[in-house]
Amino acid sequence: MAPLAAPGHVLTWRAFGRLPRLALTVARELWFAVVVLALWWVLSSGSTSFYFPPLSEIWARFQELWLFDRVPTDVWPSLRNFGLAIVLSCAVGIPLGVVLGSLRRVREIVSPVLGFGWALPKLALLPAFIAVAGIGDGMRVSFILAGAVWPILLGAQDGVRAVDPGLRDMARSYRFGRGTLLFRVLLPAAAPQIFAGIRTSLAIGLVLMIVGEMLVASSGLGFFVLQSQQSYALVDMWAGALLIGMLGYLITLLFTVLERFVLRWHFARRAMHAAG
Amino acid sequence: MTSIKGDAVAGATRPSLDTVMAADHVAFSYSSAAGAHPVLGDISFTIARGEFVSLVGPSGIGKTTLLRVLSGLMQPTAGEVRLDGERVTEPPRQLALVLQDYSRSLLPWMSIERNVALPLRSAKVARTEVRSRTAAALDAVGLAGDSEKYPWQLSGGMQQRVAIARALAYQPEVLVMDEPFASVDAQTRFDLEDLVLRLRREFGMTVLLVTHDIDEAVYLSDRIVVLAGKPAQVADCLDVPLGPIRDQIATKALPEYAALRGRVLSEIRAASAARTDKKVG
Repeated sequence: MAPLAAPGHVLTWRAFGRLPRLALTVARELWFAVVVLALWWVLSSGSTSFYFPPLSEIWARFQELWLFDRVPTDVWPSLRNFGLAIVLSCAVGIPLGVVLGSLRRVREIVSPVLGFGWALPKLALLPAFIAVAGIGDGMRVSFILAGAVWPILLGAQDGVRAVDPGLRDMARSYRFGRGTLLFRVLLPAAAPQIFAGIRTSLAIGLVLMIVGEMLVASSGLGFFVLQSQQSYALVDMWAGALLIGMLGYLITLLFTVLERFVLRWHFARRAMHAAG
Repeated sequence: MTSIKGDAVAGATRPSLDTVMAADHVAFSYSSAAGAHPVLGDISFTIARGEFVSLVGPSGIGKTTLLRVLSGLMQPTAGEVRLDGERVTEPPRQLALVLQDYSRSLLPWMSIERNVALPLRSAKVARTEVRSRTAAALDAVGLAGDSEKYPWQLSGGMQQRVAIARALAYQPEVLVMDEPFASVDAQTRFDLEDLVLRLRREFGMTVLLVTHDIDEAVYLSDRIVVLAGKPAQVADCLDVPLGPIRDQIATKALPEYAALRGRVLSEIRAASAARTDKKVG
């Protein structure tokens, strides 16, 4: 019997070659954003409003500030704290989630606490974090961590719980060791849900990063935006907000590329099932 | 009909032969708040080295439960299972399992080759040996050219060939299969049946097949163990003297084949009729 054919559109795109395909993907992704920016540029060009300066002014300021004058003082500390907190969230959330997903008894005991931790607005904890951890980078990292760890933990837990009993029987009957079971069966099976969790954590972490900086910092992007507003530098404020938006978008985009690569088996299989 | 009592069934246990696997008064019941639900009664039979034995019975009788007990995935509530004379308390090394649902036993994130090699790598078999055993197994099931593909890129029949190749590469003494051909179309089923017969001749394997398909059981087996009753017991045990080489058309046209098929079918019918009567009464 012949193997099933690959989904049609993949073959069609290949015929066009790699480069036009990439250009087309980018165009499809960005055309509407370009339209919105163009409208903003045109409509704001004659603006004399103090609160809504022309985009051309914001863009000029954007270049002065972020290419690359203030990158070491404001952008880098923010991104470093954010990145560190996400890495720590994975390092804590994935192992804990795998353990909880495997041990029903422990999960039943712990799950009300997990639900509470997940539901609690993390901002409510900010005063406690300041009291305990001060206002340095350590506090800012742990504050992001406190919000970002939950989706990863729950994703890993649910992913491991959902592992097919047939796969577990197979693993047992072939006498897989703990390492093989964990790294070749459980983690790959749970990976799609772990990645979905990380995606949510990135969004939550970005918000907590900005808020933390606005409320208790003397550097970073959130601090910059709030301080600009308070010193009536509204062009600076808009330039900062624009950068935060772009960073958020870029982080999500990079993550999507990573996800597509690590889970290529998952996406290819899904495309095939959808096509078949 | 033969009496329904474990040891009493003629030919079920043959201690004089070179016994590989033995079920010795195996019983199993699920316990719940409402009490114990016996699924398997007093089941005894043996499998000789190199023999192809099928367990048949109506659906819902507990065939899969028995298979899980025999393969060490569950412990019997009474009696014991022995493999090479040793009591089975966990899945033994000498046994490989092929399950009905190939899509749930192959790992979709690994290529065919890595799926077949994984049990060997887990058992820390030397790299070169893993490679040669994997290649030989894939070659034996006719998938040598597909080793880099992923399971979901293959048809159902080919995926089941991968599961069989994985079992072959593991080099078990006993190959245990649970309804392995139930999820594929008829033509593919015939191909896979003949594949298993050929592999069994080439590798001298002992095979235990669990199936509800009477044609399949008669076509493949040297001996058929019929399960019936509630809790399930060995109702009959019959030899299938059709020789080692079989053919989908010629073998199935033999009068002996028809007679055996008729006998197993009527026993299963009688058993399930008895169960229905009991429920109604």
